[in-house]
Amino acid sequence: MGERVLMKGNEALAEAAIQAGCRYFFGYPITPQNEIPEYMSRRLPEVGGVYLQSESEVATINMLFGAAGAGVRVMTSSSSPGISLMSEGISYIAGAELPCVIMNVMRAGPGLGGILPGQADYFQATRGGGHGDYRLLILTPGTLQEAIDLVMKAFDLADLYRNPVMVLVDGFMGQMMEAVEFKVPEKLELPDKKEWAVGYRKERGRRAIVKTLSLEPDPLEEHNRRLQEKYRRIEKNEVRHESYMMDDDVELVMVAYGTTSRIVRSSLKALRAEGIKAGMVRPITAWPFPYEPFKKLPPSVKSVLAVEMSCGQMVEDIKLGVAERFPVHFYGRCGGNAPSVEEVVRAAKEILGC
Amino acid sequence: MKEVLIAERPKSMYKVSTHYCPGCTHGIAHRLIAEVIDELGIQDRAVGVAPVGCSVLIYNYIDLDWYEAAHGRAPAVATACKRARPDLAVFTYQGDGDLASIGMAEIVHAANRGERISVIFINNAIYGMTGGQMAPTTLLSQRTSTTPYGRDPKASGYPIRVAEMLSTLAAPGYIARVSVVKPKYVIKAKEAIKKAFLTQIEDKGFSLVEILSTCPTNWGMSPVAATNWVEEQMIPVFPLKEFKVPE
Ligand SMILES: Cc1ncc(C[n+]2csc(CCOP(=O)(O)OP(=O)(O)O)c2C)c(N)n1
Ligand code: SF4
Repeated sequence: MGERVLMKGNEALAEAAIQAGCRYFFGYPITPQNEIPEYMSRRLPEVGGVYLQSESEVATINMLFGAAGAGVRVMTSSSSPGISLMSEGISYIAGAELPCVIMNVMRAGPGLGGILPGQADYFQATRGGGHGDYRLLILTPGTLQEAIDLVMKAFDLADLYRNPVMVLVDGFMGQMMEAVEFKVPEKLELPDKKEWAVGYRKERGRRAIVKTLSLEPDPLEEHNRRLQEKYRRIEKNEVRHESYMMDDDVELVMVAYGTTSRIVRSSLKALRAEGIKAGMVRPITAWPFPYEPFKKLPPSVKSVLAVEMSCGQMVEDIKLGVAERFPVHFYGRCGGNAPSVEEVVRAAKEILGC
Repeated sequence: MKEVLIAERPKSMYKVSTHYCPGCTHGIAHRLIAEVIDELGIQDRAVGVAPVGCSVLIYNYIDLDWYEAAHGRAPAVATACKRARPDLAVFTYQGDGDLASIGMAEIVHAANRGERISVIFINNAIYGMTGGQMAPTTLLSQRTSTTPYGRDPKASGYPIRVAEMLSTLAAPGYIARVSVVKPKYVIKAKEAIKKAFLTQIEDKGFSLVEILSTCPTNWGMSPVAATNWVEEQMIPVFPLKEFKVPE
């Protein structure tokens, strides 16, 4: 810890989990995230942990249910089609209020799609994917350093709220290499899992049941209301974003997360060099989405432009934030393609009519 | 005459009546598990995983730590619980729809990895909870609500013999099939359940006890006729036997 090392994204994500105290990893191979389970299979035995390659993503996520329910720090990683298979279990984990971390290193879809990077799982991540009224905390880092810091944070947030946390990155981030540093995270006061996890009957003096079934309507409604209160708490406390070049006289606001935010960053430099007043709002949490910065956009703004590696999934959230004060445009590439700086600059200029 | 106590409610069983239909043998299986847990003195460290099916509420009857798993996924939940806490005695309780249909992959792979868990598998040849549809274990010609003309192997395949199938794997330590429809079977069933738990406690691998059970409601029979039907129709297809015992 403390020194800068050059690391591949997927391996950095895995090491961050281990540094955060994750000792249990269950997973099933899928490109482009295979370096995570591979790294875990090598590293976890060194630190007294358990790595298990399960028979499917369906089994994997239910293993997370089992391990989280026993009170240990547990993680899985997968990519888009694998996350779809996990949806059933994610709903159960959210319903039973179990803490765990799920990494989605997104590829392009729908269906089998391709193995190249994508950002088209935004709806699935932020709107459910599984059944029932539940929410996941969705963290979307923009650099590998931020990814490491957020993975460490993810385990604390999961424990704090007893909720699954998803780290949403795209295949580029998994495959790129950057200099990173593993910093000791601040220590948080976290709830004692022995209060509710199985296997502590003697210490607790009463039994624990980890379940989601509630056959009576009123208790189930009550449970749902309690979950919603928790989600409101998360919305109040955990929403994160970065504002970049958002001066008071900004005319074009670009919005992007993950790898596309880096492309937008470079585009902004090019636009500013030409005297075009553009800035960026970068969501760091996709749920809860940072609506505030959009509500507070200055009157100088003429347009908002979302840039994504999808067909425009985040646009809906941006529109909610902008509330029809400004027009919201979209530029994106999909299928495994990424927008180039030139393309984004061109799209920005077109919108501004210059 | 002096009163002699010959049987009482197991300590780990709640004093409540179950929701099972008259003549259903889920309750007998529950009781045997509770007795074994009492006798082994493991109530404080036993963790059960309930299935989806008629026994979904088993945690209301047996006083232990429990998970309630998604349909068929109990072996995955149990696998991770045991890996996380090897000091616990982890078992699943699953019906034939839960284990042999939607959860077939999970049970085969948990068995094949030799997970140190015990599985109590209730085979009543039908889906009880959802109203009597065909199960993977439904007998040929057996009428169910989705095989109204009787199970035809050309359309629906043959009854799956789970104990035999899992016995072909190298990793399992103990696999047996028993029944609970008459006292003589019940005594053997309890022995098998105890062996299954001991296999786990003595770290000898995966264990499974398949229990031939009744569903008088969905079979459309009286409890007595259902009992006889298990003996006359099910046992010939699903022979009672120890398929694997720990060395
Ligand atoms: C994913 C999913 N599919 C279907 C169901 C509906 N379902 C509930 S119980 C059941 C069948 C249970 O049958 P079995 O395992 O044989 O147990 P029994 O009720 O006979 O004891 C089904 C299909 C469900 N709860 N979840
Ligand atoms: S429906 Fe069948 S399995 Fe379910 S409780 Fe009734 S008799 Fe038992």
